[in-house]
Amino acid sequence: MFFGASGGGLHIPSTEELFSWPDFAFKGTVFGINKTVLLYFLGALIVGFLWIVGSRRQSLVPRGLQNLMEVFYGFIRNNIVIEVMGVAGLSYVPFLATLFSFIFVLNLFEITPFILFPPTSRIALPAFFAILVWVIFIVQGIRSQGAGHYFKGILFPPGVPKPIYILLTPIELISVFIVRPLTLAVRLFANMVAGHTLVTMFLIFCETTLFADSIGVKFVVIPSFIGAVGMLGFEIFVSAIQAFIFTILAAVYIGESIHGH
Amino acid sequence: MFLGEVVGSVNVIGYGLAAIGPGLGIGYIAAAAIDASARQPELAGQSRTTMFLGIAFTEALALFGFVLAFILGG
Repeated sequence: MFFGASGGGLHIPSTEELFSWPDFAFKGTVFGINKTVLLYFLGALIVGFLWIVGSRRQSLVPRGLQNLMEVFYGFIRNNIVIEVMGVAGLSYVPFLATLFSFIFVLNLFEITPFILFPPTSRIALPAFFAILVWVIFIVQGIRSQGAGHYFKGILFPPGVPKPIYILLTPIELISVFIVRPLTLAVRLFANMVAGHTLVTMFLIFCETTLFADSIGVKFVVIPSFIGAVGMLGFEIFVSAIQAFIFTILAAVYIGESIHGH
Repeated sequence: MFLGEVVGSVNVIGYGLAAIGPGLGIGYIAAAAIDASARQPELAGQSRTTMFLGIAFTEALALFGFVLAFILGG
């Protein structure tokens, strides 16, 4: 596929080649299965297995898998939900724990051998989760504060002189109801696209320079390889951070709906 | 060839310009987090969490530029 092996020039693939995969089952239909869909299912299986098996036979002194899952659950419960939402948000801990672990596992597919592709780099999954969080925080706001009071509190915040509302209300409307889900989705999506593109570029440089004709060019494989390894290491960090940021922003938005602006 | 002619993709210029603001912004955020940790070390964990939050917000703007440069330009 890449022409480096034949000693040809550097072939930089387009975005299409890096990110879209052909269907290999149910071709042409809406239910077509390609590598991305397969990775979604694999991620869901892994996350399901971890949480379900980790919570069977619960003992007061945790051992084995329960111990590991309790670390994650405790992190989300204490450091995200109680810090940001207070005690009123404790019913959201399972949702946020699932969100965090699913996004983290899907992001980690970027660095697993033989699968170097993050399914979160297709806009479908981040967009779906952003819309989900959006619907949840609107519905929670209407449920906690009543529809009129909730929208009035956001669009017409109190303590502001009346004429400023002409400027403030459109800004608040766009900022809360349009920009928040949009940036939530695009932040995750863009980070994963950027990371995957950089990792792929370094690895393409490695292959092209390794099989090049002139011996001088072959030496460039050393910094290319160091760069590729460094980028893969950085991707672990970015995967964790992006999952954490998505979760904590979801917690902030839902907490704001519960407590009021 | 005219003197003012730009050949190639202008998207990359847009990406470069989009990276200026977040670069400065992230520098400010990290500096504020270090200041806060130095003044009050017991709140270092909390200010580190807030720093990551602020970095994610500003980095999103730079990544908008990066991704749109690639996707809208091919």
